Amino acid sequence: MTKYQSKDLKATRLGFGEALVELGKENPNVVVLGGDVTGSVRTDLFMKAFPERFISVGISEQDMMGTAAGLAVAGKIPFASTYGEFAVGRPFDQIRQSIAYSQLPVKICASHCGITVGPDGATHQSLEDIGLMRLLPHMTVATPCDYHEARKMVKASVAWKHSIYIRFFRDNTPVFTDAASPFTLGKAITLIDGTDVTVIACGLQVWEAILAEEILGAEGISARVINMHTIKPLDKEAVLRAARETGAVVTAEDHQIQGGLGGAVAELLAQEFPIPQEFVAVKDTFGESGTGEQLMKKYGIARDNIVEATRRVLQRKKNDS
Amino acid sequence: MEKLNVAELQELARQIRRDIIKMLLISKSGHSGGPLGTADIFASLYFNVLNLDPANPRWEGRDYFFLSAGHLCPVWYATLARRGYIPLSELTTLRKINGRLQGHPAPPWTHGVPGAEIASGALGQGLSVAVGCAIGLRLDRKPNRVYVLHGDGELDEGQIWEAAMTAAHHNVDSLIAIVDRNNCQIDNYTNKVKNLEPLADKWASFGWHVLECDGNDIGQFLSTVKQAQALKGKPTVIIAKTFMGKGVSFMEDDYKWHGVPPNDEQGKQALNELAPTKYGDFIEFEWERSRPATVEVSAK
Repeated sequence: MTKYQSKDLKATRLGFGEALVELGKENPNVVVLGGDVTGSVRTDLFMKAFPERFISVGISEQDMMGTAAGLAVAGKIPFASTYGEFAVGRPFDQIRQSIAYSQLPVKICASHCGITVGPDGATHQSLEDIGLMRLLPHMTVATPCDYHEARKMVKASVAWKHSIYIRFFRDNTPVFTDAASPFTLGKAITLIDGTDVTVIACGLQVWEAILAEEILGAEGISARVINMHTIKPLDKEAVLRAARETGAVVTAEDHQIQGGLGGAVAELLAQEFPIPQEFVAVKDTFGESGTGEQLMKKYGIARDNIVEATRRVLQRKKNDS
Repeated sequence: MEKLNVAELQELARQIRRDIIKMLLISKSGHSGGPLGTADIFASLYFNVLNLDPANPRWEGRDYFFLSAGHLCPVWYATLARRGYIPLSELTTLRKINGRLQGHPAPPWTHGVPGAEIASGALGQGLSVAVGCAIGLRLDRKPNRVYVLHGDGELDEGQIWEAAMTAAHHNVDSLIAIVDRNNCQIDNYTNKVKNLEPLADKWASFGWHVLECDGNDIGQFLSTVKQAQALKGKPTVIIAKTFMGKGVSFMEDDYKWHGVPPNDEQGKQALNELAPTKYGDFIEFEWERSRPATVEVSAK
């Protein structure tokens, strides 16, 4: 029996869309930019509720980012939303110059991120977005683990002073957090305490880590599970405390092995507290069509991969001592 | 400030051209041709057209100005200094470390200059920003106008035409885009690099009002802007025909002056061609001392 239960299956992108409607009611300055995939990214909910504050720019993501920056100049709180690859890869230069360098607090909210977007294939599987956005000064990078956290994250982004990239997923996924538990951008959440090893996960891999912990627990391994919903700024204190207390780390994410959550954790540990780390991530390759579940297994980012990585890192820890 | 008349603006534009040459002689790096070519446009905008308050660059009632072609910034910095946004003495700091006059402009909260709303330099981004700003102001029912200045080579960028469609789709009629049509870009003349013509037809077919004028004729430019302000229902573009390097005979209409500064000899010759004005230079070089000193008069 896991310490967390999946109470329902709901998409993080739905949490985003519903939170936008609530924000629209609370704050007249909230505006949403649509890039023709509104039904998919669930900005259709805001569009119906506040048509005058919904700005359609069509299939032109570079223009969308610039338009969002201009809306911020005029004092608006713009949410720009499309699929992950087209929200980051396509308009990267526009995000860099007109948003990040110009320090305008635009909210870039991308859905259908990661390999789990599945059947659409590699063109639509954004596996580089965390890395690209993490490279930009003044840019915050966050990704929710479930529907409730998506809602909280979107609502918290309004008061956030910096530009922010939030990464959502297409699939209906387990809802295992609740509406009431506290959430603060930049503050990691330790979901399960443990003393032998720490699994630091983000996005959909948080649930995989919870399931992996159950398997590990049965083997007598005490694994700590951290939900690192904000990848930048990284909660250094939480990572370093876990590193000191458990002596080994596994990172898990639906992203390339280079540049993502694992990279962020490794950069910190290398400088502050070098210990063995294993990476559960896509290994420098593009994806392919398939279901989300099949792809997670084939590309090595599912619960079993977390279990194997944990055994490997514990062996390294043992060899070191 | 009283609006300057055409004769006063012409003299001021000549002073701004002298400022540009001197800034570039000091920085030994930066763009000559475009800034010289648009001095008349900048003088007209900042001393006749725009509602603004140099003491409060973020005044709520301001007209918004975006420089999409960021490399033109020497003329912008000189104009901002003449208008009182920054001290004239600061013009010696173009492209210098710890300064605010970045090689391509940035807003003051990110190492940049008061009066800049956003960073520019990577081309083709300013029109989207201007459109977003105009839509935001309209949502608040504010009357502020939005102006954006583009180079013509910049129109090669696809984002310009994405934004042109967005502006037309949303009937953003508080927006006036100005294209510095000097037919030059860094590699060659624009019709050699990638032909833009028929340019006016392109904008018109994208749903814009299109006006054309001589961008080096201040009287004509001002009356064209007035005409643009009166147009409703669609965004307006002014295709302002200018000469790259205007005012300096050996730079005029020569694309090779797009991205380089004059050397000392060329700078001296340029300053000889641009007669001193009543506004006075921001700095006197050692080699000028043999001549009667100019008096510094603020343009305010």
